[in-house]
Amino acid sequence: MSRSQLRVLIAKPGLDGHDRGAKVIARALRDAGMEVIYTGLRQTPDMIVEAALQEDVDAVGLSVLSGAHNVLVPAVLQALQARGLGDVPVFVGGIIPEDDAAALRAQGVSAVFGPGTSTSEIIRVMESVVADRPPVN
Amino acid sequence: MTLADDVLAGDRRALARVLTLVERAAPEAREILAALYSATGRAHLVGITGAPGAGKSTLINALAAQLRASGDTVAVLAIDPSSVFSRGAVLGDRIRMQDLVHDAGAFVRSMASRGAVGGVARASAAAIDVLDAAGFDRVLIETVGVGQSELDIAALVHTVVLVEAPGLGDEVQAIKAGVLEIADIVVLNKGDLPHADIALRTLTLALSLAQPAAGAAAWQPRLQRTDALSKHGIEGLRAALDAHRTHAREGTRWAEQQAVRAKAALVSELREQLYTSFMEQLPPAQLAEIVAAIAARTRDPYSTARHLLAAHS
Ligand SMILES: Nc1nc2c(ncn2[C@@H]2O[C@H](COP(=O)(O)OP(=O)(O)O)[C@@H](O)[C@H]2O)c(=O)[nH]1
Ligand SMILES: [Mg+2]
Repeated sequence: MSRSQLRVLIAKPGLDGHDRGAKVIARALRDAGMEVIYTGLRQTPDMIVEAALQEDVDAVGLSVLSGAHNVLVPAVLQALQARGLGDVPVFVGGIIPEDDAAALRAQGVSAVFGPGTSTSEIIRVMESVVADRPPVN
Repeated sequence: MTLADDVLAGDRRALARVLTLVERAAPEAREILAALYSATGRAHLVGITGAPGAGKSTLINALAAQLRASGDTVAVLAIDPSSVFSRGAVLGDRIRMQDLVHDAGAFVRSMASRGAVGGVARASAAAIDVLDAAGFDRVLIETVGVGQSELDIAALVHTVVLVEAPGLGDEVQAIKAGVLEIADIVVLNKGDLPHADIALRTLTLALSLAQPAAGAAAWQPRLQRTDALSKHGIEGLRAALDAHRTHAREGTRWAEQQAVRAKAALVSELREQLYTSFMEQLPPAQLAEIVAAIAARTRDPYSTARHLLAAHS
Protein backbone atom coordinates (compact mmCIF):
# COMPACT_ATOMS: atom_id res chain seq x y z
CA MET A 1 0.00 0.00 0.00
CA SER A 2 1.99 2.94 1.24
CA ARG A 3 5.50 3.48 0.06
CA SER A 4 5.30 6.42 2.40
CA GLN A 5 5.80 4.40 5.58
CA LEU A 6 9.33 3.12 5.23
CA ARG A 7 10.75 0.28 7.31
CA VAL A 8 14.41 0.87 8.01
CA LEU A 9 16.99 -1.18 9.90
CA ILE A 10 19.50 0.87 11.85
CA ALA A 11 22.52 -1.16 12.87
CA LYS A 12 25.78 -0.52 14.60
CA PRO A 13 28.44 -2.87 13.27
CA GLY A 14 31.81 -3.21 14.88
CA LEU A 15 33.11 -3.35 18.40
CA ASP A 16 32.99 0.19 19.71
CA GLY A 17 30.51 0.75 22.49
CA HIS A 18 28.84 4.00 21.47
CA ASP A 19 25.43 4.11 19.90
CA ARG A 20 24.30 7.62 20.70
CA GLY A 21 24.54 8.61 17.03
CA ALA A 22 22.56 5.57 15.95
CA LYS A 23 19.86 6.30 18.50
CA VAL A 24 19.62 9.95 17.49
CA ILE A 25 19.14 9.03 13.86
CA ALA A 26 16.66 6.28 14.77
CA ARG A 27 14.53 8.83 16.60
CA ALA A 28 14.82 11.39 13.81
CA LEU A 29 13.63 8.83 11.28
CA ARG A 30 10.75 7.87 13.56
CA ASP A 31 9.79 11.52 13.81
CA ALA A 32 9.81 11.60 10.01
CA GLY A 33 7.20 8.83 10.09
CA MET A 34 9.43 5.83 9.43
CA GLU A 35 9.36 2.52 11.26
CA VAL A 36 12.87 1.98 12.53
CA ILE A 37 14.12 -1.39 13.68
CA TYR A 38 17.07 -0.83 15.95
CA THR A 39 19.27 -3.83 16.68
CA GLY A 40 21.74 -2.47 19.18
CA LEU A 41 25.48 -2.57 19.54
CA ARG A 42 28.18 -4.90 18.28
CA GLN A 43 26.42 -6.41 15.30
CA THR A 44 28.30 -8.66 12.93
CA PRO A 45 27.53 -8.35 9.22
CA ASP A 46 25.67 -11.68 9.34
CA MET A 47 23.52 -10.50 12.23
CA ILE A 48 22.65 -7.32 10.37
CA VAL A 49 21.72 -9.17 7.22
CA GLU A 50 19.65 -11.77 9.05
CA ALA A 51 17.73 -8.99 10.79
CA ALA A 52 17.23 -7.15 7.48
CA LEU A 53 15.85 -10.35 5.96
CA GLN A 54 13.47 -11.18 8.79
CA GLU A 55 12.24 -7.61 9.08
CA ASP A 56 11.92 -7.16 5.30
CA VAL A 57 13.21 -3.61 5.49
CA ASP A 58 13.23 -1.05 2.69
CA ALA A 59 16.72 0.14 3.62
CA VAL A 60 19.64 -0.56 5.93
CA GLY A 61 21.42 2.26 7.76
CA LEU A 62 24.85 1.58 9.22
CA SER A 63 26.32 3.80 11.88
CA VAL A 64 30.09 3.42 11.85
CA LEU A 65 32.32 5.48 14.10
CA SER A 66 35.14 3.07 14.76
CA GLY A 67 37.12 3.97 11.64
CA ALA A 68 36.73 0.39 10.46
CA HIS A 69 34.25 1.38 7.76
CA ASN A 70 36.50 0.12 4.95
CA VAL A 71 36.21 -3.37 6.39
CA LEU A 72 32.77 -3.41 7.99
CA VAL A 73 30.71 -1.80 5.24
CA PRO A 74 31.96 -4.00 2.37
CA ALA A 75 31.43 -7.03 4.62
CA VAL A 76 27.79 -6.04 5.11
CA LEU A 77 27.35 -5.42 1.37
CA GLN A 78 28.78 -8.86 0.60
CA ALA A 79 26.64 -10.57 3.22
CA LEU A 80 23.55 -8.88 1.76
CA GLN A 81 24.49 -10.09 -1.72
CA ALA A 82 25.09 -13.60 -0.43
CA ARG A 83 21.59 -13.75 1.06
CA GLY A 84 19.92 -12.39 -2.05
CA LEU A 85 19.34 -8.96 -0.51
CA GLY A 86 21.74 -7.09 -2.78
CA ASP A 87 18.91 -4.82 -3.92
CA VAL A 88 18.29 -3.36 -0.46
CA PRO A 89 19.73 0.18 -0.33
CA VAL A 90 22.48 0.69 2.23
CA PHE A 91 23.24 4.04 3.86
CA VAL A 92 26.27 4.80 5.98
CA GLY A 93 26.65 7.44 8.66
CA GLY A 94 29.86 8.33 10.44
CA ILE A 95 33.13 10.18 10.20
CA ILE A 96 34.33 8.97 6.83
CA PRO A 97 36.99 10.64 4.63
CA GLU A 98 35.72 11.62 1.20
CA ASP A 99 38.03 9.17 -0.62
CA ASP A 100 36.68 6.30 1.46
CA ALA A 101 33.12 7.53 0.97
CA ALA A 102 33.62 7.53 -2.80
CA ALA A 103 35.00 3.98 -2.62
CA LEU A 104 32.02 2.83 -0.55
CA ARG A 105 29.60 4.39 -3.02
CA ALA A 106 31.43 2.64 -5.84
CA GLN A 107 30.89 -0.64 -4.02
CA GLY A 108 27.16 -0.06 -3.84
CA VAL A 109 26.45 2.17 -0.83
CA SER A 110 23.58 4.49 -1.77
CA ALA A 111 24.78 7.47 0.26
CA VAL A 112 27.29 8.36 2.96
CA PHE A 113 26.30 10.90 5.60
CA GLY A 114 28.98 12.78 7.50
CA PRO A 115 28.58 14.23 10.99
CA GLY A 116 27.41 17.57 9.60
CA THR A 117 24.51 16.19 7.58
CA SER A 118 21.14 17.48 8.78
CA THR A 119 18.50 14.92 9.60
CA SER A 120 16.17 16.49 7.05
CA GLU A 121 18.80 15.92 4.36
CA ILE A 122 19.24 12.30 5.46
CA ILE A 123 15.51 11.73 5.34
CA ARG A 124 15.19 13.39 1.93
CA VAL A 125 17.96 11.27 0.40
CA MET A 126 16.70 8.02 1.94
CA GLU A 127 13.17 8.60 0.75
CA SER A 128 14.24 9.42 -2.78
CA VAL A 129 16.60 6.42 -3.07
CA VAL A 130 13.95 4.03 -1.79
CA ALA A 131 11.30 5.57 -4.04
CA ASP A 132 13.55 5.03 -7.06
CA ARG A 133 13.86 1.33 -6.34
CA PRO A 134 11.89 -0.90 -8.67
CA PRO A 135 8.97 -2.43 -6.77
CA VAL A 136 9.61 -6.00 -5.59
CA ASN A 137 7.49 -8.83 -7.01
CA MET B 1 5.45 -21.35 -6.87
CA THR B 2 3.40 -18.59 -5.32
CA LEU B 3 4.54 -16.61 -2.29
CA ALA B 4 2.16 -18.67 -0.16
CA ASP B 5 3.76 -21.90 -1.43
CA ASP B 6 7.19 -20.49 -0.58
CA VAL B 7 6.04 -19.68 2.96
CA LEU B 8 4.68 -23.21 3.38
CA ALA B 9 7.98 -24.59 2.07
CA GLY B 10 9.88 -22.71 4.77
CA ASP B 11 11.34 -19.86 2.70
CA ARG B 12 12.21 -17.19 5.26
CA ARG B 13 12.49 -14.36 2.78
CA ALA B 14 9.03 -15.15 1.43
CA LEU B 15 7.74 -15.26 5.00
CA ALA B 16 9.21 -11.84 5.70
CA ARG B 17 7.72 -10.44 2.50
CA VAL B 18 4.26 -11.88 3.21
CA LEU B 19 4.33 -10.38 6.70
CA THR B 20 4.96 -6.99 5.11
CA LEU B 21 2.11 -7.41 2.63
CA VAL B 22 -0.25 -8.45 5.41
CA GLU B 23 0.87 -5.58 7.61
CA ARG B 24 0.32 -3.06 4.82
CA ALA B 25 -3.03 -4.63 3.93
CA ALA B 26 -1.73 -4.92 0.36
CA PRO B 27 -4.25 -6.02 -2.30
CA GLU B 28 -2.57 -9.41 -2.72
CA ALA B 29 -2.55 -10.11 1.03
CA ARG B 30 -6.08 -11.52 1.11
CA GLU B 31 -5.36 -14.17 -1.50
CA ILE B 32 -2.17 -15.22 0.26
CA LEU B 33 -3.94 -15.46 3.62
CA ALA B 34 -6.66 -17.55 1.99
CA ALA B 35 -4.04 -19.94 0.61
CA LEU B 36 -2.32 -20.22 3.99
CA TYR B 37 -5.40 -20.61 6.13
CA SER B 38 -5.70 -24.39 6.03
CA ALA B 39 -2.16 -24.67 7.38
CA THR B 40 -2.97 -22.58 10.46
CA GLY B 41 -4.26 -23.78 13.82
CA ARG B 42 -1.27 -25.88 14.80
CA ALA B 43 1.07 -23.50 16.62
CA HIS B 44 0.90 -22.82 20.34
CA LEU B 45 0.13 -19.09 20.47
CA VAL B 46 1.50 -17.36 23.54
CA GLY B 47 0.88 -13.73 24.43
CA ILE B 48 3.54 -12.08 26.57
CA THR B 49 2.41 -8.81 28.00
CA GLY B 50 3.38 -6.39 30.73
CA ALA B 51 4.57 -2.86 31.41
CA PRO B 52 7.44 -1.35 29.40
CA GLY B 53 10.73 -2.33 31.00
CA ALA B 54 9.38 -5.38 32.84
CA GLY B 55 11.77 -7.51 30.80
CA LYS B 56 9.44 -9.09 28.22
CA SER B 57 11.94 -9.05 25.35
CA THR B 58 14.75 -10.35 27.53
CA LEU B 59 12.47 -13.07 28.84
CA ILE B 60 11.43 -14.06 25.32
CA ASN B 61 15.09 -14.35 24.36
CA ALA B 62 15.68 -16.77 27.22
CA LEU B 63 12.40 -18.63 26.81
CA ALA B 64 12.84 -19.10 23.08
CA ALA B 65 16.31 -20.56 23.63
CA GLN B 66 14.80 -22.96 26.16
CA LEU B 67 12.05 -23.97 23.73
CA ARG B 68 14.57 -24.42 20.93
CA ALA B 69 16.67 -26.66 23.17
CA SER B 70 13.68 -28.97 23.49
CA GLY B 71 13.36 -29.08 19.71
CA ASP B 72 10.50 -26.64 19.09
CA THR B 73 10.77 -23.97 16.42
CA VAL B 74 9.86 -20.48 17.61
CA ALA B 75 8.56 -17.32 15.97
CA VAL B 76 8.42 -14.03 17.83
CA LEU B 77 6.12 -11.16 16.92
CA ALA B 78 7.20 -8.09 18.91
CA ILE B 79 4.62 -5.33 18.79
CA ASP B 80 5.48 -1.80 19.90
CA PRO B 81 3.42 1.37 19.84
CA SER B 82 3.67 3.85 16.98
CA SER B 83 4.20 7.51 17.74
CA VAL B 84 0.85 9.28 17.78
CA PHE B 85 2.54 12.35 16.34
CA SER B 86 4.51 11.05 13.37
CA ARG B 87 3.03 7.54 12.98
CA GLY B 88 6.65 6.37 12.98
CA ALA B 89 8.16 4.01 15.52
CA VAL B 90 11.44 2.83 16.95
CA LEU B 91 11.20 -0.93 17.36
CA GLY B 92 13.94 -2.01 19.73
CA ASP B 93 12.92 -5.43 21.01
CA ARG B 94 15.50 -7.22 18.85
CA ILE B 95 18.26 -5.63 20.96
CA ARG B 96 17.35 -8.10 23.74
CA MET B 97 16.89 -11.08 21.44
CA GLN B 98 20.40 -11.53 20.14
CA ASP B 99 20.56 -15.22 21.04
CA LEU B 100 17.96 -15.96 18.35
CA VAL B 101 19.64 -14.21 15.44
CA HIS B 102 21.66 -17.09 14.08
CA ASP B 103 19.11 -19.78 14.75
CA ALA B 104 17.45 -21.17 11.64
CA GLY B 105 14.64 -22.50 13.84
CA ALA B 106 13.77 -19.06 15.16
CA PHE B 107 12.31 -16.00 13.46
CA VAL B 108 11.81 -12.55 14.97
CA ARG B 109 9.59 -9.90 13.49
CA SER B 110 8.98 -6.40 14.86
CA MET B 111 5.69 -4.67 14.24
CA ALA B 112 4.38 -1.20 15.01
CA SER B 113 0.86 -1.01 16.40
CA ARG B 114 0.01 1.74 13.90
CA GLY B 115 -2.49 3.38 16.18
CA ALA B 116 -4.58 0.30 16.84
CA VAL B 117 -6.27 0.63 20.21
CA GLY B 118 -5.11 -1.70 22.90
CA GLY B 119 -1.51 -2.37 21.97
CA VAL B 120 -2.25 -5.20 19.59
CA ALA B 121 -1.82 -4.06 16.03
CA ARG B 122 -4.79 -4.46 13.73
CA ALA B 123 -2.79 -6.62 11.37
CA SER B 124 -1.38 -8.76 14.14
CA ALA B 125 -4.07 -11.43 13.93
CA ALA B 126 -3.20 -11.98 10.27
CA ALA B 127 0.54 -11.90 11.00
CA ILE B 128 0.04 -14.57 13.67
CA ASP B 129 -1.79 -16.72 11.12
CA VAL B 130 1.12 -16.36 8.68
CA LEU B 131 3.68 -17.44 11.31
CA ASP B 132 1.41 -20.31 12.33
CA ALA B 133 1.08 -21.47 8.72
CA ALA B 134 4.86 -21.22 8.27
CA GLY B 135 5.05 -24.15 10.66
CA PHE B 136 6.52 -22.71 13.85
CA ASP B 137 5.64 -24.81 16.88
CA ARG B 138 5.35 -21.76 19.10
CA VAL B 139 4.47 -18.18 18.29
CA LEU B 140 5.35 -15.74 21.07
CA ILE B 141 3.65 -12.36 20.78
CA GLU B 142 5.11 -9.49 22.81
CA THR B 143 2.74 -6.61 23.48
CA VAL B 144 3.09 -3.61 25.73
CA GLY B 145 0.44 -3.83 28.37
CA VAL B 146 -0.93 -0.63 29.77
CA GLY B 147 -4.03 -1.27 31.79
CA GLN B 148 -6.88 -2.58 29.70
CA SER B 149 -4.96 -3.33 26.53
CA GLU B 150 -3.89 -6.77 27.74
CA LEU B 151 -7.47 -7.83 27.21
CA ASP B 152 -7.01 -7.64 23.43
CA ILE B 153 -4.20 -10.14 23.37
CA ALA B 154 -6.24 -12.69 25.31
CA ALA B 155 -8.59 -13.15 22.36
CA LEU B 156 -5.75 -13.91 19.97
CA VAL B 157 -3.74 -16.52 21.87
CA HIS B 158 -4.03 -19.79 23.75
CA THR B 159 -1.89 -18.78 26.69
CA VAL B 160 -1.45 -15.35 28.28
CA VAL B 161 1.75 -14.65 30.21
CA LEU B 162 1.77 -11.48 32.29
CA VAL B 163 5.25 -10.20 33.11
CA GLU B 164 5.71 -8.17 36.28
CA ALA B 165 8.84 -6.78 37.86
CA PRO B 166 9.55 -5.67 41.41
CA GLY B 167 9.39 -1.99 42.13
CA LEU B 168 7.13 -0.95 39.29
CA GLY B 169 4.17 -0.91 41.65
CA ASP B 170 2.59 -3.04 39.01
CA GLU B 171 1.17 -5.68 41.27
CA VAL B 172 -1.24 -3.09 42.54
CA GLN B 173 -1.97 -1.79 39.05
CA ALA B 174 -2.66 -5.30 37.82
CA ILE B 175 -5.09 -5.95 40.61
CA LYS B 176 -6.93 -2.69 39.97
CA ALA B 177 -7.17 -3.14 36.24
CA GLY B 178 -8.32 -6.73 36.51
CA VAL B 179 -5.45 -7.78 34.31
CA LEU B 180 -4.48 -10.66 36.57
CA GLU B 181 -7.74 -12.39 35.72
CA ILE B 182 -6.72 -12.91 32.11
CA ALA B 183 -3.25 -14.20 32.93
CA ASP B 184 -2.72 -17.94 32.69
CA ILE B 185 0.83 -17.55 33.91
CA VAL B 186 2.18 -14.64 35.92
CA VAL B 187 5.92 -14.12 35.79
CA LEU B 188 7.75 -12.12 38.38
CA ASN B 189 10.82 -11.21 36.36
CA LYS B 190 13.93 -9.50 37.73
CA GLY B 191 13.76 -11.96 40.58
CA ASP B 192 17.34 -10.95 41.32
CA LEU B 193 16.32 -7.46 42.44
CA PRO B 194 16.08 -6.56 46.15
CA HIS B 195 12.29 -6.21 46.38
CA ALA B 196 11.51 -9.42 44.53
CA ASP B 197 10.45 -11.32 47.65
CA ILE B 198 7.91 -8.71 48.64
CA ALA B 199 6.60 -8.47 45.09
CA LEU B 200 6.26 -12.24 44.92
CA ARG B 201 4.21 -12.31 48.10
CA THR B 202 1.97 -9.51 46.87
CA LEU B 203 1.36 -11.34 43.62
CA THR B 204 0.68 -14.63 45.38
CA LEU B 205 -1.93 -12.94 47.50
CA ALA B 206 -3.42 -11.07 44.55
CA LEU B 207 -3.69 -14.27 42.54
CA SER B 208 -5.41 -16.11 45.33
CA LEU B 209 -7.93 -13.27 45.57
CA ALA B 210 -8.40 -13.02 41.82
CA GLN B 211 -9.33 -16.68 41.49
CA PRO B 212 -12.20 -17.36 43.86
CA ALA B 213 -13.33 -20.99 44.22
CA ALA B 214 -12.82 -22.30 40.72
CA GLY B 215 -14.06 -25.74 39.67
CA ALA B 216 -11.73 -28.70 39.47
CA ALA B 217 -11.48 -28.43 35.69
CA ALA B 218 -10.43 -24.79 35.79
CA TRP B 219 -6.85 -23.72 35.23
CA GLN B 220 -5.12 -22.42 38.31
CA PRO B 221 -2.84 -19.56 37.20
CA ARG B 222 0.81 -20.28 37.84
CA LEU B 223 3.25 -17.85 39.32
CA GLN B 224 6.84 -18.15 38.18
CA ARG B 225 9.83 -16.17 39.37
CA THR B 226 12.49 -15.55 36.74
CA ASP B 227 15.71 -13.70 36.20
CA ALA B 228 15.71 -13.33 32.44
CA LEU B 229 19.21 -11.86 32.23
CA SER B 230 20.91 -14.80 33.91
CA LYS B 231 18.22 -17.20 32.62
CA HIS B 232 17.00 -18.43 35.99
CA GLY B 233 13.50 -19.85 36.26
CA ILE B 234 13.11 -20.24 32.52
CA GLU B 235 12.82 -24.02 32.72
CA GLY B 236 9.96 -23.55 35.17
CA LEU B 237 8.29 -21.08 32.81
CA ARG B 238 8.53 -23.55 29.94
CA ALA B 239 7.01 -26.24 32.13
CA ALA B 240 4.14 -23.91 33.03
CA LEU B 241 3.57 -23.12 29.34
CA ASP B 242 3.47 -26.80 28.48
CA ALA B 243 1.12 -27.54 31.34
CA HIS B 244 -1.20 -24.80 30.16
CA ARG B 245 -1.07 -25.99 26.57
CA THR B 246 -1.99 -29.51 27.67
CA HIS B 247 -4.77 -28.13 29.82
CA ALA B 248 -6.09 -25.99 26.96
CA ARG B 249 -6.01 -28.85 24.47
CA GLU B 250 -7.61 -31.38 26.75
CA GLY B 251 -10.24 -28.96 27.97
CA THR B 252 -12.38 -26.54 26.01
CA ARG B 253 -10.00 -23.58 25.84
CA TRP B 254 -8.25 -24.53 22.61
CA ALA B 255 -11.45 -25.21 20.69
CA GLU B 256 -13.12 -22.11 22.14
CA GLN B 257 -10.21 -19.97 21.14
CA GLN B 258 -10.31 -21.34 17.59
CA ALA B 259 -14.02 -20.58 17.41
CA VAL B 260 -13.61 -17.06 18.77
CA ARG B 261 -10.86 -16.30 16.28
CA ALA B 262 -12.70 -17.89 13.39
CA LYS B 263 -15.72 -15.71 14.08
CA ALA B 264 -13.67 -12.56 14.56
CA ALA B 265 -11.85 -13.21 11.30
CA LEU B 266 -15.06 -13.83 9.39
CA VAL B 267 -16.83 -10.79 10.84
CA SER B 268 -13.95 -8.44 10.12
CA GLU B 269 -13.58 -9.83 6.61
CA LEU B 270 -17.31 -9.47 5.95
CA ARG B 271 -17.25 -5.90 7.21
CA GLU B 272 -14.25 -5.09 5.04
CA GLN B 273 -15.51 -6.81 1.90
CA LEU B 274 -19.06 -5.51 2.21
CA TYR B 275 -17.79 -1.99 2.65
CA THR B 276 -15.36 -2.28 -0.26
CA SER B 277 -17.88 -3.75 -2.66
CA PHE B 278 -20.48 -1.19 -1.65
CA MET B 279 -18.12 1.74 -2.12
CA GLU B 280 -16.97 0.39 -5.49
CA GLN B 281 -20.47 0.73 -6.97
CA LEU B 282 -21.05 4.21 -5.55
CA PRO B 283 -19.91 6.79 -8.11
CA PRO B 284 -17.54 9.34 -6.51
CA ALA B 285 -19.63 12.23 -7.85
CA GLN B 286 -22.76 10.86 -6.19
CA LEU B 287 -20.86 10.33 -2.96
CA ALA B 288 -19.58 13.91 -3.04
CA GLU B 289 -23.09 15.19 -3.59
CA ILE B 290 -24.48 13.22 -0.68
CA VAL B 291 -21.65 14.30 1.61
CA ALA B 292 -22.28 17.94 0.72
CA ALA B 293 -25.96 17.54 1.47
CA ILE B 294 -25.21 15.98 4.85
CA ALA B 295 -22.71 18.73 5.66
CA ALA B 296 -25.35 21.32 4.73
CA ARG B 297 -27.84 19.58 7.04
CA THR B 298 -30.32 19.02 4.22
CA ARG B 299 -29.88 15.28 4.77
CA ASP B 300 -28.83 13.24 7.76
CA PRO B 301 -26.17 10.47 7.67
CA TYR B 302 -28.36 7.89 9.42
CA SER B 303 -31.32 7.58 7.09
CA THR B 304 -29.09 8.31 4.07
CA ALA B 305 -26.94 5.26 4.86
CA ARG B 306 -30.07 3.14 5.28
CA HIS B 307 -31.52 4.30 1.93
CA LEU B 308 -28.23 3.74 0.10
CA LEU B 309 -27.96 0.23 1.48
CA ALA B 310 -31.57 -0.57 0.63
CA ALA B 311 -30.99 0.58 -2.95
CA HIS B 312 -27.80 -1.50 -3.13
CA SER B 313 -29.18 -4.89 -2.17
N1 LIG C 1 18.11 -7.19 36.88
C1 LIG C 1 17.41 -7.65 35.86
N2 LIG C 1 17.23 -6.87 34.76
C2 LIG C 1 16.51 -7.37 33.74
C3 LIG C 1 15.94 -8.67 33.78
N3 LIG C 1 15.26 -8.87 32.62
C4 LIG C 1 15.41 -7.75 31.89
N4 LIG C 1 16.18 -6.83 32.55
C5 LIG C 1 16.56 -5.49 32.07
O1 LIG C 1 15.40 -4.69 32.05
C6 LIG C 1 15.46 -3.76 30.97
C7 LIG C 1 14.22 -3.86 30.09
O2 LIG C 1 14.20 -5.14 29.48
P1 LIG C 1 13.34 -5.43 28.19
O3 LIG C 1 13.45 -6.90 27.93
O4 LIG C 1 13.70 -4.51 27.10
O5 LIG C 1 11.88 -5.09 28.74
P2 LIG C 1 10.48 -4.94 27.93
O6 LIG C 1 10.27 -3.49 27.69
O7 LIG C 1 9.44 -5.49 28.88
O8 LIG C 1 10.59 -5.75 26.68
C8 LIG C 1 16.74 -4.08 30.21
O9 LIG C 1 17.73 -3.18 30.63
C9 LIG C 1 17.07 -5.48 30.67
O10 LIG C 1 18.43 -5.76 30.60
C10 LIG C 1 16.15 -9.46 34.96
O11 LIG C 1 15.67 -10.59 35.09
N5 LIG C 1 16.89 -8.90 35.96
MG1 LIG D 1 10.34 -5.25 24.66
